[in-house]
Amino acid sequence: MTDTPVPRFAPGTRVTVRDDWPERRGPCHIRTPHYLRGRPGTVQRVLGAFANPEDLAFGRPAPKRVLYHVLFEQPPLFGEGRSGDDVLVEVFEHWLDPASERQAA
Amino acid sequence: MSTPARPQSLADLEALVAALKARGIVTEEELAARQAQTDRAGPEVGARMVARAWTDPAYRALLLQDGAAAAEAMGVSMAGAPPLGVLEDTAGRHHVIVCTLCSCYPRAVLGYPPHWYKSFAYRARVVREPRAVLAEWGTTLPDSVEVRVVDSTADYRWMVLPLRPAGTEGWSEDQLMALVTRDVLVGVALPVPPRAAAAE
Repeated sequence: MTDTPVPRFAPGTRVTVRDDWPERRGPCHIRTPHYLRGRPGTVQRVLGAFANPEDLAFGRPAPKRVLYHVLFEQPPLFGEGRSGDDVLVEVFEHWLDPASERQAA
Repeated sequence: MSTPARPQSLADLEALVAALKARGIVTEEELAARQAQTDRAGPEVGARMVARAWTDPAYRALLLQDGAAAAEAMGVSMAGAPPLGVLEDTAGRHHVIVCTLCSCYPRAVLGYPPHWYKSFAYRARVVREPRAVLAEWGTTLPDSVEVRVVDSTADYRWMVLPLRPAGTEGWSEDQLMALVTRDVLVGVALPVPPRAAAAE
């Protein structure tokens, strides 16, 4: 299998996690924590491409998706905490939009 | 904490293993090898990796670049294991690992996760108020240190490379290893410096 996708976002890119809630539409398996939905972050690193767990969990053909390490500043995330603290999370590309698209909307 | 295996579960497991063997998907030898590998995995594997990184700059570079390759270099088979990432603490930043969604844990190098790592309390709280959780365990970080919580949500597994405590110059790998507990590798504790250890 050489269908490794090309990363859409370079390290340093500001992104927004999609404000989507598939768990409200039916059975699903998603690896994007609820506390990140709709939140802005910064791509720190491209981690590689991995079979999409949302398909894998149901035994469906699972195309590879690019996985990023995305950094989120802590105080805005939960409305508390210390400035300078942050949370680093693995997020798949199809959960990310460029931050400007969201800000303009 | 864990539920004892029910007789029906064991019967189901035996039936599954028999079916897999009958189809040539697994062999008894492969199962035994995997069991032995699982039994060997424990925090001392990760501790040795950290101790070596503290004493060997080339190994440190490998560990930070490719944790799985660094584990393999220690004789740990990473076949079938998820990629291992290692996050380096600095004077200004401390890492804490959690899996808020379930209990992802670098089992190949740390063994089974402790019960608290899988608890709702740890998973819900450490991502939100890491300093409070650490303080309850007696780990108080100076104000100058920023906390980075690493939520292990997907295909990687993560381990912390802590700062080498002052006062350990000239220590052997075995001596250094003793400072690196499971909790240190997850980031909820810091290596106890020699003076404090001596005072205990």
